[in-house]
Amino acid sequence: MSAAEEVVTEAPAVEAVPKRAMTLGYGTSLVMLALLIAAPLFVKNFIIFQLTMLLVYALAVLALNILTGGSGQFSLGQSAFYAVGAYTSAILMEHVGMNYALTLPIAGVICFGFGFLFGQPALRLSGVYLALATFALATAMPQLLKLGYFEHWTGGVQGLVVTKPDAPFGLPMSQDMWLYYFTLVVTVAIYIFSVNLLRSRSGRAFMAIRDNEIAASAMGIDVALYKTLAFGVSAGITGVAGGLGAIAVQFVAPDGYTILLAINLFLGMVVGGVGWLPGSIVGSAFIIFVPNIAEGISKGLSGAVFGILLFLVIFLVPHGARQIAIVAQQLIGKLKKN
Amino acid sequence: MLSKQKLRIAAFSTAVIAFAAVSGSALAQKKYDTGATDTEIKVGNIMPYSGPASAYGVIGKTEEAYFKKINAEGGINGRKINFISYDDGYSPPKAVEQVRKLVESDEVLLVFNSLGTPSNSAIQKYLNAKKVPQLFVATGATKWNDPKDFPWTMGWQPSYQSEARIYAKYLLKEKPDAKIAIMFQNDDFGKDYLKGLKDGLGAKASMIVAEESYEPTEPTIDNHIVKLKATGADVFISITTPKFAAQAIKKLAEIEWKPLHILSNVSASVGSVIKPAGFENAQGILSAAYAKDGADSQWDNDPGMKKFFAFLEKYYPEANKLDGSVVYGYGVAQTLVKVLEMCGDNLTRENVMKQAASLKGFAPDTLLPGVTISTSATDFAPIEQLQMMRFKGEKWELFGDIISGELSH
Repeated sequence: MSAAEEVVTEAPAVEAVPKRAMTLGYGTSLVMLALLIAAPLFVKNFIIFQLTMLLVYALAVLALNILTGGSGQFSLGQSAFYAVGAYTSAILMEHVGMNYALTLPIAGVICFGFGFLFGQPALRLSGVYLALATFALATAMPQLLKLGYFEHWTGGVQGLVVTKPDAPFGLPMSQDMWLYYFTLVVTVAIYIFSVNLLRSRSGRAFMAIRDNEIAASAMGIDVALYKTLAFGVSAGITGVAGGLGAIAVQFVAPDGYTILLAINLFLGMVVGGVGWLPGSIVGSAFIIFVPNIAEGISKGLSGAVFGILLFLVIFLVPHGARQIAIVAQQLIGKLKKN
Repeated sequence: MLSKQKLRIAAFSTAVIAFAAVSGSALAQKKYDTGATDTEIKVGNIMPYSGPASAYGVIGKTEEAYFKKINAEGGINGRKINFISYDDGYSPPKAVEQVRKLVESDEVLLVFNSLGTPSNSAIQKYLNAKKVPQLFVATGATKWNDPKDFPWTMGWQPSYQSEARIYAKYLLKEKPDAKIAIMFQNDDFGKDYLKGLKDGLGAKASMIVAEESYEPTEPTIDNHIVKLKATGADVFISITTPKFAAQAIKKLAEIEWKPLHILSNVSASVGSVIKPAGFENAQGILSAAYAKDGADSQWDNDPGMKKFFAFLEKYYPEANKLDGSVVYGYGVAQTLVKVLEMCGDNLTRENVMKQAASLKGFAPDTLLPGVTISTSATDFAPIEQLQMMRFKGEKWELFGDIISGELSH
C-alpha cells in the first residue's frame, strides 16, 4: 500500500469512541429495562407488535453497530444475513416442525458461519470498497431466495407462512404479548453479551483495529482473525433478529429483504449514534416510526418528508442519539451542582 | 313473603322482556360490526405509494377519488365511506404492520384491494384469523380463490393462470403445430402465468421450445430475445410488465423476427406500452382483455366510459387516463360500493362476505361489454371472462367470443 493510498483509506475511518462511552450506566439501563417490561401492559396488541418489531430491528442495528462502531468495518449487506436468519427459522419451523425458540440459535450459528466466511474475502477490502462488496451481497440475496433449486424449501417467490407461537404453560397472555416478552429476553441477553464482548479482550482488539490497523497488528493482534470474527458475530446477531422478525411477521418472502432493509439498518445505526450500543433502540424507533409520521404529514410526498426529517437529524445532531444523551447528562450534572 | 318474591320476579321478567323487545327490534333493523355506524363505513387499504411498485399507487388514489364522489352524492344508504389507505412500500413486513394498524387501531370494517401478491400473502392468515374481510385483492395470483381454507379472502381480476389458459386454448385451436418461445418475469406473476400456459397446453406442452426468464431489475431484455429468436420458434409469448413489454416489441422489429406475438394483459395498455414501442411495430399482436382501455378511441362514446371520464374530470382531474391503473381502480371501487349497497343495514363482516359472494352478473362501467362479475359461496373469483384482441392501426380490435378461463377442469 502506497503512502497516498493510505491517506485515502484512513480518512473515512469511524471516529474513535472510548469503550466506556459505548454503554449506559447501571441506573439508566435498569430504568430502560423497567420501561420496556411495563410498556405492553398498557397498550393495544397492534402497538405491542410494533414494539416487538422495534426490538427486532434494534437487535439488527446493534449487530451493525458492533461491526462498524466496534471494528470499524462498513456493511450494506446486513439484509442478506437478516434474510438467511429469517428463512432458517421459517424453514425449520414449517418444514421440520421444530420449536420456534430452538430455531433461533441455529439461525444465529448459520449466519455466524456465513458472515465469517464472507469476512474472509472482505478482508482485502476496506472502507467504501467493503461497503460495495456487501452491497452486492444484499442485492443478490432476494434473487437467490427465488431460485428454483431451493423452491421446495423457500416457497420461491410466494414465500413461506409461519405459524405464530402461543404462550407456553397456559400463561394468560396474548400471542403478541408473549412474543414481545420472548423477544425482550433474547434482546437483553444479546445486549449484555455485546457489552461484555466489547469490554473483553476481543472487544479491545476490535477497537484497536478500528482506530489504527497497523498499530493494532504491531501490538500482536491477529487483524485478519478479529476482522472476520467481527463480521461473524455481527451476522450471527442479525440472523437471530431475522428469525425473530420472521416469527413476529408470520411470513417470509424475498421481497421483504431487499437492499432497502440494509440501508434502513445503516440509517438506524447512524441516527442512534455509531458505536453507542443503547442508541440501537433509538435508531430502530427512527426507522419504524418516522416513515409513518412522514406518511401522516403527506401521503404523496412521504419520501420527501422522510428525507427532510432525516436531514434535520443529521444536521442538528450529527452524532445521533448519543449526542442528545451526552447533552442530557451534562444538564443533569449541572442541576445536581446547583 | 312469597307474593313479594313473585312480584319481584314478575317485575324482573317484565324488564327483561321489555329489554329484549327493544334490543330485538333494533337488531332486526340495523346490525353493525366494528367499523360501521349509522353515519360511516370505515374501509382500510394498503398500497405501495413508495418503493419499487409505486406506479400502482395510482390505484389507491383513484379509489379515494371514487369514494369522494360516492360521499358527495350522499354515501351508501346514508353512510359515508371513510377510506383509510396506508403505504406499505411493497414490503411484506410493513404490510403486516399497516394492516394491523388498520384493524386494531383504526378499527376498519374490512380491508379492500390491498395490492401485491407478497403483501397479501403476508396478511392473509392474520385477516382470516381475525375474521376481517380481505376483499378484492389487487393481484392476479390464482390462490385467492380458496373459499374453503380462506373464507375471508377474495380476488377481483381474472387470475394469471386463467388468462394464460385462454392463450393456450387459442393456440391449440388455431396453430396446433406452433413452436412456442416464452419470455417471463422471474417472480410470482411470471411463474403463475407459465403454469397456466403449461396446464392449458396439457399433453401438448412440448410445443414450448424455449423459456427465458428475466429479473425485473435488469435494464434491458434484448439479449434474451435474440436468444429466443435463435430457437426458430414461430410463437412468442411475452409475460412481461409494461417497461419490458415495450422493449420486447421494439427489439422484435429491430431484429426482424416476426413470430405470432402474444402479450400478457398486464402490459396491453396502449398508452404505456404500445405507443412508446411504436404502433408500426405492434401490428398483429394478440392479447386478451376484460376492461376497456381509457386510451382507446373506440370507447369514446361508450356510456360506461363517458361516466368514467366525467368522474375523472370532476374528482380526479390530474389523473392520466391512459394509465390502465386508473380504469382498474374505478372498476374495483365500484364493485365494493355495489357490495356495500347490497349489505343494506346489516353491516357485519359476515354479511359483507356473504354479499360479496352473491354478486350476480354485475357489470362495472369499465368492463368490456359482456364481461360480468358473478360469485358464489364456492366461487371467490369475481372476473373470470376475457376476450381476445388483436392490435390493428392504433387500437385493439376485439375478436371472437367472451371466453371463460375458469380453472375447473
